[in-house]
Amino acid sequence: MATKAPSKPQQSETRRDFLYLTAGAFGAVGAASFAWPFIDSMNPAKDTLALATVEVDLSPIQVGQSAKVTWQGKPVFIRHRTPEEIARAEGVDVSALRDKQADADRVEKPEWLVMIGLCTHLGCIPLGQKPTDPKGDFDGWFCPCHGSHYDISGRIRKGPAPKNLAIPPYEFLNDTTLKIG
Amino acid sequence: MASGKREKFDNPVVEWIDSRLPVFTLMQKEYGVFPTPKNFNYFWNFGAIAMVMLVTMIITGVVLAMQYTAHADLAFESVQRIMRDVNYGWMLRYLHMNGASFFFIAVYIHIFRGMYYGSYKQPRELLWILGVLIFLLMMATAFLGYTLPWSQMGGWGATVITNLFSAIPGIGDTLVTFLWGGFSVDNPTLKRFFALHFLLPFVIFAVVFLHVWALHITGSNNPLGVEPKTKKDTIPFHPYYTVKDTFGLLVFLMLYVLVSFFLPYIFAHPDHFVEYNPMQTPAHIVPEWYFLPFYAILRAITFDIGIPFTDIVFIEAKLGGVLAMFGAVGVLFILPWLDTHPVRSARFRPLYRLSLIALVAAVFGLGYVGAQAAEGIWVILGQLLTGYYFLFFFVIVPVLSRIEKATPVPESINAAVLEKKKKKA
Ligand code: HEM
Ligand code: FES
Repeated sequence: MATKAPSKPQQSETRRDFLYLTAGAFGAVGAASFAWPFIDSMNPAKDTLALATVEVDLSPIQVGQSAKVTWQGKPVFIRHRTPEEIARAEGVDVSALRDKQADADRVEKPEWLVMIGLCTHLGCIPLGQKPTDPKGDFDGWFCPCHGSHYDISGRIRKGPAPKNLAIPPYEFLNDTTLKIG
Repeated sequence: MASGKREKFDNPVVEWIDSRLPVFTLMQKEYGVFPTPKNFNYFWNFGAIAMVMLVTMIITGVVLAMQYTAHADLAFESVQRIMRDVNYGWMLRYLHMNGASFFFIAVYIHIFRGMYYGSYKQPRELLWILGVLIFLLMMATAFLGYTLPWSQMGGWGATVITNLFSAIPGIGDTLVTFLWGGFSVDNPTLKRFFALHFLLPFVIFAVVFLHVWALHITGSNNPLGVEPKTKKDTIPFHPYYTVKDTFGLLVFLMLYVLVSFFLPYIFAHPDHFVEYNPMQTPAHIVPEWYFLPFYAILRAITFDIGIPFTDIVFIEAKLGGVLAMFGAVGVLFILPWLDTHPVRSARFRPLYRLSLIALVAAVFGLGYVGAQAAEGIWVILGQLLTGYYFLFFFVIVPVLSRIEKATPVPESINAAVLEKKKKKA
């Protein structure tokens, strides 16, 4: 870079500073790139990622019944909703919700509600899948851990949870087979 | 450490070693003749007690680790095997399980001592900060350990606590997946928790070393909070405090052993003895008792923080709870700068003393609230007590630093001790 010899000793000082800084910066980038494999090794491994999809036979689930399946180690709630339940889910004033989402945006087919059964607060499994379970103030699901109430569309209505129950990626392979993931 | 003048030892073996690596000189200087304030009370035992508990946890932990299997399918069974088939396995597990509780009892008393007698004040700020760091590392270690038996309470406790990080805006969910090494608390989670549970106690050991080093630079505080000025104020550590520490330690260990042998489940929850089922949450999740006050603070924030009567939210309730919980520990780091009152000991600060005793009551109250279901009166009580907790640190302490008039502080430790003797006579 510099072709002229430094005229003042002060100048060589600043050049040395520059060298220190660049060497330091390269060292830091080098150290960070060495750290990455160690950090990334803790992310989900390939075999964990490979468990990414499950297929569910829907034919035994009657109208008004629910099922719970495991996907990626998480429970997935499947509910075959009754016409009355669908009407109730669709009749809610969306603008008054904490996490504003219309029922239509949460289902492919209104009669099949498919969602991840983990409370969006701190990850407990809400109650409401069994007929005898408490279903909360909005007659959907109730999380006993810190008291979150979800409606029949799985939307958060009351309690500490910030979001609606999450919807996993899924598709209907045919009328009675659901593929999650 | 190395260069100072060294006195010769009579024993030739000791002298041979010491002239090459002066460990005997060091021990002699730091634990033999070390000048220590002569007015310690029993609150000054708990540092040594905590140290012994750390060593106990490491010894019981290492032998348990030789029998334990860190795998989601085998962990619960391997702990049952420790309880039934391994020679003295039941004893080792009871000592480790209850040892964690007694470790926390010692450390909580130790922290209270520091707050009551103003031990965190100049020049001991760094000593205090290292102590808070040890406390944080202990909490992490105990949380990780509690997951290892792969029980309902352990597994679901791990789920709830790791999910706290999902409150961080933007990166939360990615971070939680990273912590789990998967999409739920599962085998990869258990294995890394075991590795870290094994590692962290040794990190604690290293920080304890720094903590004690810093202590030996500033010297100990004492119940009067007055620095020793002359030789008359101090006595050598050995034999005076080696004996006093040993006595206190034996009393403490007797309680620990009594509980471990005769009431081993006094601190435990029934759901900790049922195998983890990722498809079913226990009806009521409660952490170990030593986390309850912080758990209550987490749950106290049930409201979003934003502009009232609008939809604008700055901090969602979930994030607010997490911030409050970590803040409750974090505030201890800056306590030396919140409390700038020149007098250390609460003995001479009636208002600080009263507010501190109220804080202790609030923390006990929070502990009680943390164990109840989060509904009705408990929510409100939790919020009031959380309010007082932060009021103490951010308002009461700084204000008292400015306005509180201390009662007369004795001239020196020696003068105070002689005065007390005269009164008795
Ligand atoms: C700071 C020190 C430590 C604390 C606070 C601590 C805390 C805990 C706790 C609370 C448990 C759950 C006990 C139960 O409910 O059964 C546990 C389990 C365990 N810990 Fe530690 N521990 C410490 C040090 C260590 C060390 C150094 C090791 C190994 C080198 C270790 C190995 C284990 C093993 C193998 C288990 C599972 C077996 C069992 O549950 O009894 N621990 N620990
Ligand atoms: S985890 Fe469901 S309310 Fe907290």
